[in-house]
Amino acid sequence: MVVAEVRVELKKGVADPEGKNTLKALELLGFEGVEDVKTVKVFEIEMVGNAGDAQAKVQEMCEKLLANPVIHNFSVKLK
Amino acid sequence: MKISKVKVCVLRIEGTNCEEESYLAFKRLGAKPEKVHLKQLTGADVTADEKRSLSDYHMLVLPGGFSSGDYVRAGAIFAARMKSRLSKDLVDFVRAGKPVLGICNGFQILVETGLLPAMSGVMSDVPEAVLGTNDSGRFECRPTLLRKVNRGRCVFTTKIPEDKISLIPSAHAEGKLMFPIERRDRILKELYENDQVVFKYVDPEGRLAGYPWCPNGAVDNIAGICNRDGTVFGLMPHPERVFFRFTHPDWTRSPDGSGDGRAVFESVLDYASKKL
Repeated sequence: MVVAEVRVELKKGVADPEGKNTLKALELLGFEGVEDVKTVKVFEIEMVGNAGDAQAKVQEMCEKLLANPVIHNFSVKLK
Repeated sequence: MKISKVKVCVLRIEGTNCEEESYLAFKRLGAKPEKVHLKQLTGADVTADEKRSLSDYHMLVLPGGFSSGDYVRAGAIFAARMKSRLSKDLVDFVRAGKPVLGICNGFQILVETGLLPAMSGVMSDVPEAVLGTNDSGRFECRPTLLRKVNRGRCVFTTKIPEDKISLIPSAHAEGKLMFPIERRDRILKELYENDQVVFKYVDPEGRLAGYPWCPNGAVDNIAGICNRDGTVFGLMPHPERVFFRFTHPDWTRSPDGSGDGRAVFESVLDYASKKL
């Protein structure tokens, strides 16, 4: 069994309104020194098979569904 | 083809919630719409008499809503499910000149499927655009004003005069049209050259204006685009919600007549009656 951790984040230069709103809320709550907040989505995918096959498969999953190349970068970590 | 013979497939899956109004818009104009579940087209888990084929229809409508709970990204799951089983059918459908309309979530699905903006060919392998989270970071639900900027390519707006401002309500959290940053200017230029830009968010004077006139921060205030042939059209606001004048928020203070959204459905049925 392989567990792939897929991290989908916004590309540099793409606005992140959710992160900005969270930053604002944290400041309103009185947290000081918060410079920036970014939102990231993480998927944990459990699959049968070996790590080599899994890597290629997860890559394809990202391209076909999990990320939109227009705004997202993704990275895969096998556990 | 007579309008009464035009079969419209209003396609839904779990989480679609604007199919009734979209269905009624076509029904009221005398066409033959049908609410069809995606399973009926893919043939999974349905009885023989529930089965349908996309090629039996003359028009495809992807209504608004929150298909599959907007999980992963708005429209992504619907798009993936359609693409996995119906890719060829969809391409054939568009190639045959049959119109496809995506409203709100339907627009997101068309973009995720690669049927819009379809800069080259009918359907791109990967999305060439995205409808991202509104700049405000919130769900924006209110009447919006749209100026028709299309010069005649889009078959869904032929009955709307150029530069006319229509009141069509918006209701979405992810409606900010974006293109890849590094290719944005070139894609925009091409869209304008091909006459693929259809509606823009404006203020009452028809000027491109910021929030709240533009609810989401879309590039160049673009609210709706079509493909190169003008037969695939997606927009964030909901024309089916202003079919009648009395669903306009200012209906008691505005002249009598039909709702501003009605012309979208009349235009495409006019196209179908002449070209299909």
